[in-house]
Order: sequence, then structure tokens, then C-alpha cells
Amino acid sequence: MTIRPLDPVQALERMMLIRAYEETLIDLHGRGRAAGTCTSVGQEAPAVGVVSALTADDLILTNHRSAGHLLARGADPGRMLAEVMGKQDGYCGGKSGSLHISAKELGIVLTSTIVGGELALATGVGLSRTMLNQPGLNKPGIVACFFGDGAATEGRFQESLNLAAVWKLPILYVCENNQWQAFVHRKETMLADGIAGQAAALGVESAVVDGNDPLAVFDAASAAIDGIRRTGKPFLLEAMTYRLRGHFEPDDQGYVDKAELAHWRDRDPILCLRARLEREGRLTADAVAAIEARVRATMEAATAFADASPYPGLDALTTDVYA
Amino acid sequence: MTTMTVNDAISAALAEEMRNDPTVMIFGEGVATKRHDLLAEFGPARVRNTPLAEGIIAGTAAGAAATGLRPVVDLLFAPFLCYAMDEIVNSAGKLRYISGGQFKFPMVVLAMTGAGWGVGAQHNHNVESWFVHSPGLKIVMPSTPADFKGLMKSAIRDDNPVLVFADIALGYSTGEVPEDAEAIPLGKAAVRREGRDVTLVSYAKTVGTCMAAADTLATAGIDAEVIDLRSLKPLDEDAILRSVAKTGRLVVVHEASRLCGVGAEIAALVAEKAFANLRAPVLRLTGPDAPPPASFPLEQAFVPQADAVVAAVRSLVAEPATA
Repeated sequence: MTIRPLDPVQALERMMLIRAYEETLIDLHGRGRAAGTCTSVGQEAPAVGVVSALTADDLILTNHRSAGHLLARGADPGRMLAEVMGKQDGYCGGKSGSLHISAKELGIVLTSTIVGGELALATGVGLSRTMLNQPGLNKPGIVACFFGDGAATEGRFQESLNLAAVWKLPILYVCENNQWQAFVHRKETMLADGIAGQAAALGVESAVVDGNDPLAVFDAASAAIDGIRRTGKPFLLEAMTYRLRGHFEPDDQGYVDKAELAHWRDRDPILCLRARLEREGRLTADAVAAIEARVRATMEAATAFADASPYPGLDALTTDVYA
Repeated sequence: MTTMTVNDAISAALAEEMRNDPTVMIFGEGVATKRHDLLAEFGPARVRNTPLAEGIIAGTAAGAAATGLRPVVDLLFAPFLCYAMDEIVNSAGKLRYISGGQFKFPMVVLAMTGAGWGVGAQHNHNVESWFVHSPGLKIVMPSTPADFKGLMKSAIRDDNPVLVFADIALGYSTGEVPEDAEAIPLGKAAVRREGRDVTLVSYAKTVGTCMAAADTLATAGIDAEVIDLRSLKPLDEDAILRSVAKTGRLVVVHEASRLCGVGAEIAALVAEKAFANLRAPVLRLTGPDAPPPASFPLEQAFVPQADAVVAAVRSLVAEPATA
């Protein structure tokens, strides 16, 4: 299949919206108006790069750092903010909060905040894609499963890849290696710098990509997805990136090495792409100002929407327990 | 009527439901090896062996259930459910609620438990009350081949995760099963024997124990009513309360340990809603707070026996009526 190119300016705007959404959330939390949350600041590139390479029929599983995946898929930041604030108009009616937002209408399913939970569910979603792919039915899409280097230390990582390989399940495993596993640096928990090396032993193809470059991620994801659609086999893509903020908000990051943090701040994916596009003459100062204005307006409207949304009625306490 | 074993009744229910609904499938450790009739009829896509990894089996079932399939998984022995606890409790049991009702989980988990084979505590542990305590799940524990077939059919058709525990000692027991057995609704107890003097409430193999005790009690002129719960959740509260209103005496009998077991819930239910009907204290006959042993005499001593039920009832009937 032909891979449509990713418009780098659109990618930049989407990453800036993700950043602005999370900064709005941090601000709301600081003012006591939203619960603490796990942000993906610094990890916007894998979200935008991978999600842009998917089609509308594909399904996505994500985790507690889901804002980038949701917004890259076109989620309404107002409904996301409402969810985090526990409001009725949130994607889950306020019952999820920030940690496990699913949006079935966007193909974002079964978001789990149990680290590794998404890996155990992804094989089932892949299985249903395979089983429902029958003559006369629409060909279902593939599955993209986002997880971190911390989840890869769970046994479910090997269990999931192994079963996907044995059963030939159409799953793109996307490890956002952000170097941090809650409050522990990955250097303390594993000897290798990454996890992609484990895939070969399980019979799964893999690639490692610069996770701070959305265009490189898009190209790598597009090639992987093309292979999955042709062969039905799973693929592991490891995006090397960095969690620029703490495990959750608030977190003073007192445990983070200052030099390492400074090194990765210099590699901020938004600043890097913006500088590159300006250098190449593809982005003017006026265009940047216009993007910033649009993002600001979007977040102001989203905040107003979430503020205006009511809390759920107390009868919601015991609804949706059983189907 | 056909005479069949519990194991065959389970297979018969599976075959009928797989014929009726192409989305029903079964997988687990040795499923395709042991249930070769199902494999022959439905093929290797719908009847699958899996790796020995209960977590990924249960997670795959949950993911598949939420996206269009009706999987049945066989996890073999109930203590192995500890490996699948996260997927059953945190994913299948909670993600409907967390997502504000976006997903449903029509899946069945099969597992064996109970004394009878001398397999010891890591293959025999009646853990049903753990799951009764977990929201979003239903728990079935039948005692006859006809009930296994009828309740399996309902469990497969139900849109919620249903755990079906098969008592090891009942697997090869036989009973009459109607050829055109209808599905038996979940949450309906069966009155196995009507009586006026005392209510014996039980489930799984100890229903037979209570029936034997009732025979002995009848020779002494004591008329016992025996209620087979069949479903532990939903619990047929009406059946219990109706019987206690009639008899005024209640003995709950189960193999699982006493502390926070199903018997405790039933005793509390009767204390709250039928206190005025009680003519004697509620008694529980249960397994002890100990891991089930392998040695045959110890294993039998773990399980309430008929003579203990008879003695318990005699102690109640001997007490002066308070009315």
C-alpha cells in the first residue's frame, strides 16, 4: 500500500496541542481543580508519529500516559479535561479520571493503568481482529498497543509477544522507552539500554527509532504497519524518548540527574521539529504564532467546556457495573 | 433424558453454544488436546491450545470479549487463577465501569477445585469468595450434570464475565440431562428437597452431603429443606429467605474456609432480613483456615461431612423454640 506522508507542520501543531493540554492540566491541578495526573511531556513524538500512521479501522490500546495518543487520534480536549475533572461529559462519564480514558468511538479501547495490563488485553483485541476477518465482513484493522519500558519488565510483555507470534496476531507493539519506571531509572532495573532486543528470541521482528523525531517515528511505524497488514504478524517498535516531567503531578523530580534532564530538554521534540522546519524555511514566525493562537483558543474552549460540565448524578455510583 | 458426566455436560453446552453462535470459542491449556470432539467439529481456529500462562490467557479472553468474541477459557485448577487475578479482577471486572459502560465482557472462565484427587493446596483451593467480593463478575458453582450444562449455556450467553467452578469430585459423577436442555438462568437457586424444620444451604459437592444428612435426619423425624445455590453471584436471596421464613433454622455448608466465606454472607443476610423468623442461631459448617492437604484422610477431614451436618442440625432442633 502507499504510505501517505505526514505533514510536518500538522505534526508540530498536534504535538503543541498535546503539550498545551497537559500544561493546562498541570495548572488546573496546581489550583486544586483537577486530580493529579501522569503526563507524557517530552513523549509527544511517538504518539503523533504512530497514530498518524494508523487508519480509522485500527484499534489502539494505551495506558496511564494516554493524553498524546488520544489527542493524536482526534479526541476532544474538552471531553478529556471533563473526564480528568470527574465530570459527566468526560469520555467515561467521570468514572475513569485521567488514568484510564477509553474512547471507543475513536478506536481507543480498554485503556488500562495496571502497568502491563494493556499488553495482556492486546492479544485478545488482535485475536478478535483475526477471527472476525471473514469473507463478507469488513476487513478489520490492526492493533497498536502503547506501553513503556517499565511494562516491559512485567512478565506479561514476554507472554503477550509470544502468544501474538504463535497465533500470528496483527499487533504493532509500541514501546515508548522514556527511561523512567515510576520513580526508578531504567538503568536500575535492566542491563540493556532498550527492550527491542528481546523480540527476536520470541520470533517477533523489531526496530528501534528516535522517539523524539515524529517524522522518523511515522516512517518506522508506517513500514511496520505495512508489514503487519501484509503478513498478519506482530511487530515491536521501540521509540527511545524521555519523560521530561515526574511520574505524576506534582513531582519535584528531585531524584532526576540534572545533567541528564538538561540533555533531554535540549532534545525536546517540539523545539527540535520547530527549529528544523524554521531552518528549512518551511515554517515562519507568523505561522508559529498562528498555531500557538489556535492551540490557546482550543484549550480555553476545552477548559470552559469542562468547567461547565456537571458532575455525574450520584446514581452513577452503581451503574455500568454489569452489562 | 441422557445420562452423562459433568465433564461431558460442559462439553455438550460448549458444542451447542458454538453451533448457535460463531463468535463463541474456547482456548486454554490442553483444551484442543482434551476436547477433541470440539476440535473436530469446530476446527483449530475456535478450539485452541495455549501456552501455560494463565495471565495472558485471561487477558486475551478479556480483550477478545470486549471487541466482538465470546471466549471461554479453561484455566484448569482454581489456584492458578492467582496468575490471572489482574486480568479477571482489574480488567474484565472493572473496565466496563471505568470506561463508563463503553465495553462489555462476555467471557467464561472455567476452573476445577475441591477435595477428591489428593492434589494438595496448589491445585485445590476453593477461592470462589474472592471473586464474589470483586465487582463486575458472576460466579457459578453447580452440583449436577444438568445444571452444569444449563448454567454453562447461560454463562456463555451472558454479557458479563462469569466464573464457572467445577468441583473436582463431581467431574466424573453422572446424572440425567434433558436432550433439549434449556439454559438455566444465573442467580436462581434450586430446592433439592423440601422440608419444614431446618434449611440446609449449600453448593457444589456439599449439596450431596446435605442430601445424605437430610436422609439420616428424616429417620429421626427431622424434616430438612436443602437449597442448592448454583450461583453464588448473583445470589438468590429470595430462595434463602423464603425457606428460613418457613423453617426458622439455618445451617450453611461449604468446603471453602469459614472466614469471610459465602456462608458468612448468607448468615449476615438472614440476620439482617429474617431475624424475626429465626428460632435458633445460624450455624456454618466449612473448611478450616488451612491450606487443603493432599493426604486422603486429611483432605476428607477438611470437607464438612454428613454426620457433622446431622449433629449440627440436632443441636439446633434440640434448642427450645423462642417463639
